[in-house]
Amino acid sequence: MDNTTFGLTMLLVGMGGTLLTLWILAVLISWLTRLCQPRAKGGRHE
Amino acid sequence: MSEAILNALQALGAGAHHIISPAGVPNLVMIGVALAMFWLAIRKGVEPLLLLPIAFGCLLANLPLSEVMDQGGFLKVLFDMGIGNELFPLLIFVGIGSMTDFTPLLQRPYMMLFGAAGQLGIFLTLIVALALGFPKALAVSVAVIGACDGPTVIYVSNLFAGKGMIDTSMVGALAVAAYSYMALVPIIQPPIMRLLTTAKERATPMPPVKARIPKSALVYFPILVTILTGIIAPKGLPLMGAIMLGNFLKVSGVVERLTKASENEIANVSTLFLGLAIGGTMAGPEFLKPQTLMVFALGLMAIVVDTVGGLLLGKLWYLLSGGKMNPLIGAAGISAYPMAARIVQVEGLRANHQNHLLMHAMGANTGGQIGSVMAASIMLAILKGMGLI
Repeated sequence: MDNTTFGLTMLLVGMGGTLLTLWILAVLISWLTRLCQPRAKGGRHE
Repeated sequence: MSEAILNALQALGAGAHHIISPAGVPNLVMIGVALAMFWLAIRKGVEPLLLLPIAFGCLLANLPLSEVMDQGGFLKVLFDMGIGNELFPLLIFVGIGSMTDFTPLLQRPYMMLFGAAGQLGIFLTLIVALALGFPKALAVSVAVIGACDGPTVIYVSNLFAGKGMIDTSMVGALAVAAYSYMALVPIIQPPIMRLLTTAKERATPMPPVKARIPKSALVYFPILVTILTGIIAPKGLPLMGAIMLGNFLKVSGVVERLTKASENEIANVSTLFLGLAIGGTMAGPEFLKPQTLMVFALGLMAIVVDTVGGLLLGKLWYLLSGGKMNPLIGAAGISAYPMAARIVQVEGLRANHQNHLLMHAMGANTGGQIGSVMAASIMLAILKGMGLI
């Protein structure tokens, strides 16, 4: 594999993959913090 | 009798003879480098925990006719037992994980995106290094300096060194470059922050976030990150797994002794051994070559571009949010924790005396810690997919 193909693949898939993975993680953290909130009376999240 | 005395005297003078001979010049230069590192660590406070052992290892390896890095030598034993198999960087990561509080990130999960933008330097530096003719493995190793994370740099570069893809002496150069620039973040970042943002943007107030994070969320968080990394980039699982293990020990609240051991004894002993062994790889004849200087130049570029990437995302966010996001926060999306967050706080206060950005920046900074390890893990996963490792 030549250096140009290698570098561009790393840039696109690497940076894109990092952004996408961290975005997924941010969404999962939002869900996690909501799920873990103590429930108020009546069963609804606080 | 006189011949025996002459031989004995010759043996005692062999070191002095070597150091003043042309073959000893590179060692002499590296002894100077070791002394400069001592000065930086002791007088200037530049990463003394790492720089002092590295400098001492460098001194030991460059004294004339030193055998510390020969088979069975003191530093070679340390290298084989903890660097050659990537153990020490991982043990340090356990310590870092146990010292890190991810609460600010859980309060503002979207700050994670700054942790991604702060890795731009890694990928752009990789392209520049390749354009300059660096072999692929060395280009990746240099680019990872942009992770602003010493253990990650050592882990990745040594992985390549172990497979003969880069020279072992480059591991030392890469580690010193990584730790030097991490220490220089307070000097590197502020001018870029002022250059890329307007006074009005820097003064943007950010109200405090008071969301309470339940303990159970803090406990599930390291498990969630570990599983996600394992699924997406299993090649980087040791890195992320180690940092999350340390954090899990801390937030579980039931293994105080292990947490304290991770923060103190394990991290300290690993740091000392890692520093000495890395310093041992800095023998003059192998270390002093133009490629080493280029490694330092590209490392600086990586950290500058990281900062630019974070600030540009911050500016975009400022525009999209109608001026509600202070773009300075973006500069904290690197792994230098908590230094980068403190710089944002200082720069924010300079622009607006009422503006306290620290906790927001801490969220971006811990996002940067995860982001840097994730970026390195993803790079390793791609390299494995390409069949290069």
